[in-house]
This record gives sequence, structure tokens and C-alpha cells, in this order.
Amino acid sequence: MASALINVPAKAKRGDIIEIKTLMSHIMETGFRHTATGEVIPRDIITSFACRYNGTEIFRADLFPAIAANPFITFFTTATASGKFEFEWIGDNGFSETASASITVE
Amino acid sequence: MHQNDSTRRQFLGLAGGAAVLGAVPIVTMRPAEATPAELASAIRSVTGGAAVKTGKVKLDVPPLVENGNTVPLLVSVANPMAPEDHVRSIHVFNEKNPQPNIANFYLGPHSGRAQVSTRIRLADSQKIVAIARLSDGSFWSVSVEVIVTLAACTEEVI
Amino acid sequence: MRLAGIILVSALLTADAIGAEIPPAERRSGTSFMTPDTKAMQDDDTANPGMLWVLDGEKLWARKIGAADKACTDCHNDARTSMKGIAAHYPAFDKTLGRPVDLQGRINLCRVNQQRATPLAYESRELLALTAFVAQQSRGVAIETGSDPQLAPFIANGRELFMQRQGQLNLGCTNCHDDNWDKRLAGSAITQAHPTGYPLYRLEWQSLGSLQRRLRACMSGIRAQAYDFGAPELVELELYLMSRAKGVPLEAPAIRP
Repeated sequence: MASALINVPAKAKRGDIIEIKTLMSHIMETGFRHTATGEVIPRDIITSFACRYNGTEIFRADLFPAIAANPFITFFTTATASGKFEFEWIGDNGFSETASASITVE
Repeated sequence: MHQNDSTRRQFLGLAGGAAVLGAVPIVTMRPAEATPAELASAIRSVTGGAAVKTGKVKLDVPPLVENGNTVPLLVSVANPMAPEDHVRSIHVFNEKNPQPNIANFYLGPHSGRAQVSTRIRLADSQKIVAIARLSDGSFWSVSVEVIVTLAACTEEVI
Repeated sequence: MRLAGIILVSALLTADAIGAEIPPAERRSGTSFMTPDTKAMQDDDTANPGMLWVLDGEKLWARKIGAADKACTDCHNDARTSMKGIAAHYPAFDKTLGRPVDLQGRINLCRVNQQRATPLAYESRELLALTAFVAQQSRGVAIETGSDPQLAPFIANGRELFMQRQGQLNLGCTNCHDDNWDKRLAGSAITQAHPTGYPLYRLEWQSLGSLQRRLRACMSGIRAQAYDFGAPELVELELYLMSRAKGVPLEAPAIRP
């Protein structure tokens, strides 16, 4: 059960610089922690996040264990055309999640 | 007997005080910190040894952090975002976590504004460094010191 | 900082004054003790990670489960109307059991009795998600817990537990949260211990967690043996704390350091 929370303005004027906020549920286990009995808790993190706007990549991030659990990433882009933002998170143990949001540009 | 009693009380007092102060380590076996050399090497892997100038980049991190497990971080670069002159990427590093990298962010002229925010983990009070790579190949940086306070009554892991 | 903490601990150990209750007009949510950054995280639903659990809870609310093949919606319809204000009355008296149940307990009773499904484990993602989704419908509603007269003896038990010194540090909840809520312990504000935002996202946990988890952590902090999840004593303590916070608005899912 992995949920994502995306905040993209529903509408924008052409040329507006808009902020995009993303929140993805993930424990981001660092791989540096140990249990009380001394065993290493294996690393389990999201390693990569990308956003495409009408098919073109507009933002990408490499994430490391220093990113807090439930990664929150915000960034900006220029509203150029109505369409779709697609988000993709990729990580350890085959983690792969996508989400999308649409925008109307006038 | 009397002496034993007082020794025991002292021990309990110390152990208890430590518990409330949160000094009981969450990580039972703490791995080695990233060293200044590792930080330098992580930075070199981005810059390829090119000169890094101070300026343009701004890091907003609370000067006093409520909990090192979740620290808001905002990085921005005072630079145009035009096809001929823009920020290509921003790289964030730390000094004392088990490894020096925090995140790499890749932008372009379409970004409109070179500003990214996220939340990070800080194992201890330390220096954070952000380096921006511009479209002309130059590198700009900033570093800030962050104080992480000990949380009270922390839970032990698992 | 560490030295200050030790001095405060020794002050608490030696203080023999009985906790004085906080006057109703001075009762403040833990939010008022947080830094602007942490407040901002709580106030913006698209930045509040607790909302990830609320989203999960919304899905679970509509999912048919159990031998009865029923979803929460089949009885309660739209939670936005049916659950508004409900969390502000919990823990509430259960006639069949003859004792108070908290919101998690109520959800599990519904699962077992109405949906004919297995109860969810305490602190499981599913139980936290459903609880968060239900609690979120009462955001901004003033806490009303404890108005049912049948709860009186259970509130009294909870209060007794709150006042009672325990553990190797020989501290009662009251020694910090009634007597010293305006001070700090190590880097943390002590706060008045009003459970206004549960289940809530603690930056320390990097997860949503229940009030029972928080209470158990407090008990470990004073080096006392924590009650098991679901123990009647924990529910009574939750009940007392919620009745003590009467009038303070709910803010689930809150953020705390």
C-alpha cells in the first residue's frame, strides 16, 4: 500500500512558473541501522525520482539514505501547455511507483 | 553495605538521566562517520576537480533542528534559468552522516526557478554543502552549519 | 544542554509538590510548542506525511472485507459526514464490553462484529490508516471526550495513573506535564500532553503512530514497565488525557518533533 501525494496547480497561465510538491510513502531504511541483537537492517530506499511533463523529463533526483522517510520533494517548472505530469519513483528491492496529475494551461 | 547502596543509587540515577536525555543510542552499533576526505571525494566526483566558487547558492535549513530524523532543507540558486544561462544541477552533501551524499537534483531552463526543497536526516550537528553546476560549466557552492539537539525520550529501534 | 537536562531531572526527582491541574483557559495544543518549520509541515496537507495514511485509510474505508463482505461505507456511507466529530468523543463507553474503547479499539470491534474480519494489529499500517482517516474528519472540532457519566470511574483510574509516580526515575506524568510544561527536557519542549492530533506523524518515528505508542515510549523514558498495546490501563490513560484536553480542537493527523 504505497500512496503518493501530488500537488500541481489545476490551472496556470502560459509562462507561469509553478511549484510542484510530491510526497511518497516509503520507509527509506538507511542500511546503517542495527537491531538490538546487532544484525544490520538491510538498505531499502528510493534511489531515483523523475517528473515528465507531456513526455519530456523536466526534473530528476538521485536520493541517498540521508533523505528522510516518506520522501518529500518540491521543485519548479514553467507551464507551457495543458497536459499531464507523470512522476516515477524507483528504489531498492524492485520498488517502482508512478503517479500523475493534469494541468490546464490557458 | 551502605557504600554498595549509594553506588547502586548513583548508577541508577545516571542510567535514568541518560534515558530521559535520549542519550540511549537508537543505533546500537554506530557506523563510522563520513570523513572530510570522503566529503571532498564526493564533491570531486561531481566537479571533476574544477574550481568551485563561493556564492549564488543558498541553503535554508533551520539553525536549530527539532529532530535530526526529519530536517526541512531548501536549496536555491540565484541565477537565470534561460537556455543560454541556467542551472543544470544541484548537489547536496553532508559532513558527518555515514555517507557524504544527500541528493542530486537535475534541472534545466524550463525549470523557471532553481529551487528545490526536501527533508533530510542529520545524524549529528554538522556542515551541509550545496554545489550548483551551471550551463557554462562553472561550479558555485555554499555551506551551512546545523545544530541538531538531542531529543528527549527517544524510542529504541525494534 | 545535557547538564541542564540532568539538573531538571534531579529537580523533578526531589519535587514533592502534588501536580496542580492546568486551568482550562491555559490548555494548549502541542502545536503551540513547535518551531515554525514543523508547524508549516502540519498546516499544509500536501506537505504533511500523515496525509499518506489518511489516503490509505480512505481506500480501506471503501474496501469490502470479511465473511460479511462489507465495507465501512456500507453502514457509515460518506465518512465526511458520518464521522465528523466522532473522534472528538473518543475513547467512548462500549455498552457490550462495559468499558471504554479508543478509536482503534472501535475500528477493530467493527471489523470483528460487523465485517466478520480479523482485528488489525496495533500500529499496523492499516489500523493507523483507518484511524487517521476517521480522526481527520473531526479536524477543528473541540474535544468533548468524557461527557458520558458512565465513563467517570474510568477517567478517575486514568487520572490516578497520570498522577502516580512510577519507574526507576520515580516520575508521574503530572511531574512533567502539569508542573513543568513550560520548560524543556534536553532539546525538547515538555508540552502539556494534550493528545489533540493522534494518530500523528512524529519526526522522530518518521511514521504515523498512535497515542498508545507515545504513552509506552513515555513509560520507557521514565524507566517504567510499559503496558501492552490495548491494555485497559492505556485506554484509561488515553481517556483521562482526552477529557483533560476538553475544548481544545482536534488536529489529526498532526506533526510532532
